Amino acid sequence: MDRECSQLLPSVCAVLGDSRQLVADDTFLEKFLDWFKTLTETESSLLLLRENPCLTELITCVLKLKDPSSSTLSFILRLTGIFAASESCFQYLQQRELLISLFGEVGPLSSALWEEASVRSGWVQGVHSMVQHQSALHFLYNCGAIDVIFTLQGDPSLFVASAANQLLVHMLTFSLQSFQTKPVNIKDCDWPICAQKLIVHIEESLKSNSASRIKQSLKLLTSVFGCCHDLWTEVLWSRLSEPIVYLLEEEPVHTGHLLVDLFLSMARSPVFSCPECSLWRSVTCALEHLNPAQVGRLAVGVLKLQEWYEFPQAVRIQALSVVLQPMDCVLKAASQPLEYPGLLNKSVNDSATVETLLSCRSSCASFLCQTLAHLEELQYLTCLPVDLPHIPLLQSVVTILQFCIGLATPASCLGNKISRILIGCFRVQRSALDSLGALSHWESHSVFMGSVFDILLAYLKSPDTSPTVLKKSFQATLKWLVSLSEAPSSKDHWQQTEQFLRDLFLVLQKRLCSPYWEVRDSALEFLTLLVKHLREKEGFRQVLFSSEVPKLTEDLLEDPESYVRASAVTAMGQLSFLTHLISKKPGLENGNVKEKSIVAQLKEILSTDSEGFPRRAVIRVFIDWLREGHPDVLKDTEQFVSSMLQAVNSDLDWEVKAGGLELAEVFSAQTLGRLGLAACPYAAVLSSATRSTHLSESLQIFCRVKLFEFLFGALCDCDRPVAQKACDILIALKAELRDESSLKEGTSAGLSTEARGIAWLEETLRRWSSCAKPCPRGDADEAGSQDPDGVLLVLRTVDLEGLHRSLNRSSDHIEKSPQSLLQDILATVGTLEENEADCY
Amino acid sequence: MKLYCLSGHPTLPCNVLKFKSTTIMLDCGLDMTSTLNFLPLPLVQSPRLSKLPGWVLKDGNTFLDKELKECSGHVFVDSAPEFCLPETELLDLSTVDVILISNYHCMMALPYITEYTGFTGTVYATEPTVQIGRLLMEELVNFIERVPKAQSASLWKNKEVQRLLPAPLKDAVEVSTWRRCYTMPEVNAALSKIQLVGYSQKIELFGAVQVTPLSSGYALGSSNWIIQSHYEKVSYVSGSSLLTTHPQAMDQASLKNSDVLILTGLTQIPTANPDGMVGEFCSNLAMTVRNGGNVLVPCYPSGVIYDLLECLYQYIDSAGLSNVPFYFISPVANSSLEFSQIFAEWLCHNKQTKVYLPEPPFPHAELIQTNKLKHYPSIHGDFSNDFKQPCVVFTGHPSLRFGDVVHFMELWGKSSLNTVIFTEPDFSYLDALAPYQPLAMKCVYCPIDTRLNFIQVSKLLKEVQPLHVVCPEQYTQPPPTQSHRTDLMIDCQPPAMSYRRAEVLTLPFKRRYEKIEIMPELADSLVPLEIKPGISLATVSAVLHTKDNKHVLQPPPKPAQPPASKKRKRVSDDAPECKPLKPLLSGSIPMDQFVQTLEKHGFSDVKVEDTAKGHIVLLQEAETLIQIEEDSTHIICDNDETLRVKLRDLVLKFLQKF
Repeated sequence: MDRECSQLLPSVCAVLGDSRQLVADDTFLEKFLDWFKTLTETESSLLLLRENPCLTELITCVLKLKDPSSSTLSFILRLTGIFAASESCFQYLQQRELLISLFGEVGPLSSALWEEASVRSGWVQGVHSMVQHQSALHFLYNCGAIDVIFTLQGDPSLFVASAANQLLVHMLTFSLQSFQTKPVNIKDCDWPICAQKLIVHIEESLKSNSASRIKQSLKLLTSVFGCCHDLWTEVLWSRLSEPIVYLLEEEPVHTGHLLVDLFLSMARSPVFSCPECSLWRSVTCALEHLNPAQVGRLAVGVLKLQEWYEFPQAVRIQALSVVLQPMDCVLKAASQPLEYPGLLNKSVNDSATVETLLSCRSSCASFLCQTLAHLEELQYLTCLPVDLPHIPLLQSVVTILQFCIGLATPASCLGNKISRILIGCFRVQRSALDSLGALSHWESHSVFMGSVFDILLAYLKSPDTSPTVLKKSFQATLKWLVSLSEAPSSKDHWQQTEQFLRDLFLVLQKRLCSPYWEVRDSALEFLTLLVKHLREKEGFRQVLFSSEVPKLTEDLLEDPESYVRASAVTAMGQLSFLTHLISKKPGLENGNVKEKSIVAQLKEILSTDSEGFPRRAVIRVFIDWLREGHPDVLKDTEQFVSSMLQAVNSDLDWEVKAGGLELAEVFSAQTLGRLGLAACPYAAVLSSATRSTHLSESLQIFCRVKLFEFLFGALCDCDRPVAQKACDILIALKAELRDESSLKEGTSAGLSTEARGIAWLEETLRRWSSCAKPCPRGDADEAGSQDPDGVLLVLRTVDLEGLHRSLNRSSDHIEKSPQSLLQDILATVGTLEENEADCY
Repeated sequence: MKLYCLSGHPTLPCNVLKFKSTTIMLDCGLDMTSTLNFLPLPLVQSPRLSKLPGWVLKDGNTFLDKELKECSGHVFVDSAPEFCLPETELLDLSTVDVILISNYHCMMALPYITEYTGFTGTVYATEPTVQIGRLLMEELVNFIERVPKAQSASLWKNKEVQRLLPAPLKDAVEVSTWRRCYTMPEVNAALSKIQLVGYSQKIELFGAVQVTPLSSGYALGSSNWIIQSHYEKVSYVSGSSLLTTHPQAMDQASLKNSDVLILTGLTQIPTANPDGMVGEFCSNLAMTVRNGGNVLVPCYPSGVIYDLLECLYQYIDSAGLSNVPFYFISPVANSSLEFSQIFAEWLCHNKQTKVYLPEPPFPHAELIQTNKLKHYPSIHGDFSNDFKQPCVVFTGHPSLRFGDVVHFMELWGKSSLNTVIFTEPDFSYLDALAPYQPLAMKCVYCPIDTRLNFIQVSKLLKEVQPLHVVCPEQYTQPPPTQSHRTDLMIDCQPPAMSYRRAEVLTLPFKRRYEKIEIMPELADSLVPLEIKPGISLATVSAVLHTKDNKHVLQPPPKPAQPPASKKRKRVSDDAPECKPLKPLLSGSIPMDQFVQTLEKHGFSDVKVEDTAKGHIVLLQEAETLIQIEEDSTHIICDNDETLRVKLRDLVLKFLQKF
């Protein structure tokens, strides 16, 4: 603790210990505790207490108060807990009988303030902090605190109850982890007494008829198995498995989701990974007995376990059946018997329950959404230990999508019910489209491509598709097209894909003219991504340019909605790569003319659009163009960059400026790289003379595009991210442009600050910043007249690193200091007094 | 209570309800789909249409070639178009007392009913219904009369001949009853029989029933009707909408507690959501115009067009269509646009509040002011001077058989740049387009039908809970083209009763009560006796007086009327004169106490047997039976009157008299 703080601390403690002076804002107290938590991590707690006796006095003083406020008492409980975490400090406090007065039966426990949840919460947190050594455990055991914690497990305040449960978890794991003996044995039971007490309590709770006690114990065990993977957990399970399995056999099972949590937490522990472990029998039993809506999570969890987990394959297969069963039911509901064999080889016991869930309006949609989400999750796993029947699965997802828009013909009574429930159900539509997209990963899909294209087109075409569902449809379409184009067999089914693309662009054309801006926006976003991924495909380019889509996209650059304009800008940015490719071909002469006009249009948007989004989009497009070597940029990169920097410099939007800086960064890196000056470890080393020539060349280029004017202008920007970025770039440039030889020459030529004087530096920077501002065209030459040597000198002179440090500090770094906190506490009390005076 | 179903068209209904002593016609819609069998009436001489070949029978017989023409594989009647009237033979329509109109589309057959059947009653409708209905009729008459057809085809209607024709002519129903369009004098005469009503206004019909129009939310002035007597309530729901478009919102609450709910006029395209269709309409319109094409929207002069113009008002700027002219061509275009602005009280809440600002409720006023929307009575005259392309034209008639739309179809049909967008759901667009084939112009079908869909109906029925639902048979099964869509039918308990054209339904509902008033002096003379807590009874002797379906109990005339007393004397020979009014008895006899009483009075051998209806008390010694049932008691003894009287008095002790 620094000196200023130790000086302020006594008066703060006096204020906190004075019941007349209420600290109105208890966030101060939280910050105060946080501060001490950090302090005790780095300094000795005992020393802290000894050097600052006011802290002990504060505890004593609050204990003596007749009527302390609940927030103060809670604070003291937590503060004491933090100190007592250190064993020496614990002894110190115990000698003064402070711990027993605070945490024992005579303390707040027996006072009226115990009714306040904040006090109980403070007590639990205090105890939690304290339990870091055996002494604390003994103390708690002896003073009867453990029984108090058991009671608090069922506290009416959920926060207190949860904290009490976590505390028990901590106590159990701590007492057993610190119990270092040979592998523990359940029979002779020489576990620490505290642990034994806890286990007996859990066991009794599990066997009790009280639902709430059973729930608390299951939650507790879930946390224990989740956070501790020691061998003793296996012994714990062998002792408790019997009552838990008994819970599974109840009719109906009330604690389904908690049991699922417990088994999942255990399944992830390596302790239980052996195939003979009794856990797997319980999991099998749970997969059979629990409600299909609850058990899906367990099934997916089991399937997601890594392959090296040695647990029975039969459990995996059963888990997969659980996930697939609803899909199987849906598929059968829409197909004639024998028409399709189904997703599962054998019928699963519980198909009646699944059918009931599917035929009920209140459960059908959520059950299907959950199943679809699980399936989607499985698709993205890199290696699935069991084989998924992809084709039937795809068929079932398509069937759900068909049901949702009334295209599926029900083949059974269940089908009729599902159809009535699902028609127009956006939730299921969204989930199913996500799953459909995920299924595009698999190579085997091409067999079923026609149906997928049909259903996607149906959703994309339907005027009843809601904007959110449409967006999902676009995403699924993109995934399918991308994965089809990447598939080795893509050429075989190109004809089919081409026809789909033709239909797709017709739909897209209509969607781009939609009266709803969300729809136009999603359509443009989709187009952008589509072009980005498929632009190398000749066939794709032909279909695209034979449609009206490029023209409509260009029209949307003038859309009244700024989001749409921004998306149109991005889309045009992508399209322009293609128009260039197309224009190379004879017969598409006007492509080039068009291209020019696009650059002009984007520049116009950057300089005139009143909204930030389109301008940001333009700068992003230009960065991409520069990075990817867009032909139009390559024609005259310097001119392009120079005009961009000028346009960005006058922009008021910080994101546009940050974009401009990125453009500058890319440009400088490219320039240096081209001249062999990039800091690439594998680049050929240049001779110092060549390096010097190249350096001066690049410096001249930077000066021509007025890069430094722009960067130094941005360095003084009032938006911190802009200044930070500018500073980063300047530091990098300074490192790149450091040239020993020129430095020497420069020094000899009198190129030092001393030689030119500080006044020169100020004048230069002032001139640059005025040049960086937009100026009439005629002054451009003069504005660009930067002196490369001068630039180097400025770079060397300005303390960029210092600037970087101060910029990295957040603006409230002073307010966050502990000293400021202590002053604030005192000031608040002062204000309160003033207010009191005002009342008179 | 009977329902005579005169129309088979679910959205153009015409039913007659016989309720108490009244005969009420519910709507008189005119099925115009018959006109699709006729050749279009071009405003300007069409070489293509005039050169169509006559139709020749397979055997080469050409006797029909003047009446029937062939066009792209379809056969059309070359005559002035004719309409399929509601059934006129099912009952004598001159007995109809009143006609209740629910909206302007459902009154188009009115002149046929009021002017040709001897109808002498009154027609009830709201003011906007009458005014806009008049516009629709005027437009129809105008469209047909301005292109007079010399010939009238009748040979093909001969049943023997009709059998030989290709579909759909072969399958056309009731062709012999098809009639040519009415004339303006007939329209005026029919409209003069209408009495205007306002929402929630109660109209007494002959004292027997009361009818009330309620807002139905579908069109300006559209109504549902409540037909009720004191103890019965029939609701007639026809063409209702729960969407927020321009008309006043639907009044659902007043439909509650109906004994019978007659449900007609649901959406014709249950799979098309109007919002989605409006989006589709706008997208297609913009796409066509951006590509330099023209857009043709065949429509009625009132209704959805107001909403479309409102959507376009918001959309045209964002779609970059500000410079594209919108034309609305109809003989009644001007009146329609102006009428819509003055019916403020019939509009939805939002539009009503605009009137107080003051602003015109519909934004088409601004479109007209800024010259973006121009309206003309026909393509002749000013329009031909102002006409600029590309443009958007709204014009009638949606059947594409008459009206200015015929001209635009001929004009623009050849170019694939142009688009015709069908928004009215009344006609199959493929049938409408048949005489224009082959057609290069794009066709888009965006039917906008704001009437209730099946999900809304099922919510409505849950809400208002009628005892019985009656509806056209089309609503009780999925649409024929989508037989798997069981969600597209009415699903209620008990299942809805369905009807079809020319069917008479006896409604599943018996009248049980009638309200009778008691004159004050008679009421004064009553002495009620409380027989159970809260229930009192009194006997009444009075004369029932019935006039104009109202029933009144009046005090009886003074006694001593010689003929009456004579009669009574004869009947009541055994009974003394002083007992014309025997007291009425009520209550039940507790068997145990009755047996005890009998034993107390010396009957020692009492036996009680239980029967299905009550008890039999056997007095063996006296050879007597007492049969006690719920509503009768008999003492059967062998001519021992004293014993009988004694037993009777014992029984009476347990009963209350009043």
